[in-house]
Amino acid sequence: MKLPHFEYEAPGTLDEAIALLVAGDGMARPIAGGQSFVPVMAFRLAEPSMLVDLRNIPGLNKIEIGAEGVRLGAMVRWRDILDHAGLKTALALLPEAIEHVAHYQIRNRGTVGGSLAHADPAAEMPTIALTCDAVIDVVGAKGKRSIRAGDLFIGPLMTSLESDEIIVSVLLPAWPATRRWGFQEFSRRRGDFALAGVAAFYDVDASGLAQNAHIGAISVGDTPLRLTKAEAVLNGRKIDDATIADATAAASAEVDPNGDIHASARYRKALVGTLLSRALNAAANRKA
Amino acid sequence: MKVTFTVNGAAVSADVTPRMTLADCLRHELHLTGTHIGCEHGVCGACTVIVNGDAVRGCLMLAVQAQGASVTTVEGLSLEEGLTPLQEAFKHHHALQCGFCTPGMLTTLHALLSEEPDASEERIRDVISGNICRCTGYVPIIEAALDARASYQQARGDK
Ligand SMILES: Cc1cc2nc3c(=O)[nH]c(=O)nc-3n(C[C@H](O)[C@H](O)[C@H](O)COP(=O)(O)OP(=O)(O)OC[C@H]3O[C@@H](n4cnc5c(N)ncnc54)[C@H](O)[C@@H]3O)c2cc1C
Ligand code: FES
Ligand code: FES
Repeated sequence: MKLPHFEYEAPGTLDEAIALLVAGDGMARPIAGGQSFVPVMAFRLAEPSMLVDLRNIPGLNKIEIGAEGVRLGAMVRWRDILDHAGLKTALALLPEAIEHVAHYQIRNRGTVGGSLAHADPAAEMPTIALTCDAVIDVVGAKGKRSIRAGDLFIGPLMTSLESDEIIVSVLLPAWPATRRWGFQEFSRRRGDFALAGVAAFYDVDASGLAQNAHIGAISVGDTPLRLTKAEAVLNGRKIDDATIADATAAASAEVDPNGDIHASARYRKALVGTLLSRALNAAANRKA
Repeated sequence: MKVTFTVNGAAVSADVTPRMTLADCLRHELHLTGTHIGCEHGVCGACTVIVNGDAVRGCLMLAVQAQGASVTTVEGLSLEEGLTPLQEAFKHHHALQCGFCTPGMLTTLHALLSEEPDASEERIRDVISGNICRCTGYVPIIEAALDARASYQQARGDK
């Protein structure tokens, strides 16, 4: 469908962008890649008075790898992540997951900040942010603040952002060398939204046992989810077949997904277990 | 709003409302109807055009966002008479039937092979996963793309 009417500005600074959002009084919306929001407007799920395009604001498209971790600017595109050689060693889970995001043309425009703000529980980036204990830096009329990923996603397509707040960057904390990880998702066709997905990692202690297990799940709830019961199964144990079987059972039991035309709730529950088992096997077999 | 950019090498300008997509602007304002519109929400790929070297969905980009950009449509894949080697390969392999998806397939594959002339079959399949074709069953399209790689390798300067 054709889009609703709106005004359009592409300011050159964050301050101007925030002023336009404030003047819009909740009806003005930022636009980044437009790969989610243009369809949202086409379906009349939103009819903003104004779009504030972030494309002319300098400094938002940097990928920085440092001692504190990986910092992705809000306007970093999927394509930039996949093209970045350093990320494959600094935080291999990220490019592995982002390979599953959408299709070639969409990856040329879709952005990290847009995906976090869109907060689709079926999207990869929000779950990666949650799983990795990411911190999201935002700026608004009241100034800057940092939001933990766990506090950002509050419902389906709902975040704790104020209407005048703009995501500037996200920090994914640095990975120790002892970390093992896996990412698995299932969709009918490569690039489609996942019917379910799992990101998992744990650290290996001096006696070879798993510690600090983090497991995130895609498409099985209203928000990205951490599977805390399955994490508890892993902590302090060796990751062998028996542990993986226990974690898999815990994961299937703790999720309560909705069924839809793409997959029933029961199927999704089972799928989460299968995907976790594959992810943990990949993790256990991976050299650090 | 006035927007100025280049299309297929020529400077153009149009007076558009902000809500007009780039695909609609190309078709209705600039009369370049080679770019097709299928779904208008980003799922079919028929509207694919190349913006500053990147294949993008023409229905998910606003015309006003093309300000200053360099846009290539299916009409501009060759600025000479006749078909490009990619288009010849499509013809040879029967990679089109009704032709509705073809502009999007050609622009997508042209962007890909210009950047990655050695793209593997797997890569080609992954890249066109975002383009729907109801007629061909995709196999002839992939064969055409694999065949056309030679001309892109040559353009890059390979022997
Ligand atoms: C056919 C199709 C398939 C797709 N498949 C997938 C998939 O498998 N997985 C997946 O993850 N995604 C998928 N996507 C979505 C895609 O990845 C989007 O690019 C992404 O979710 C949003 O990024 P964007 O830059 O396009 O955001 P936009 O569409 O520009 O914006 C999305 C929302 O975020 C807000 N926003 C944007 N930037 C900021 C900012 N910096 N600060 C605050 N608010 C901001 C906007 O106001 C809007 O509400 C798909 C899209 C399409 C069309
Ligand atoms: S018309 Fe743009 S993707 Fe279908
Ligand atoms: S040739 Fe008819 S849709 Fe592809």
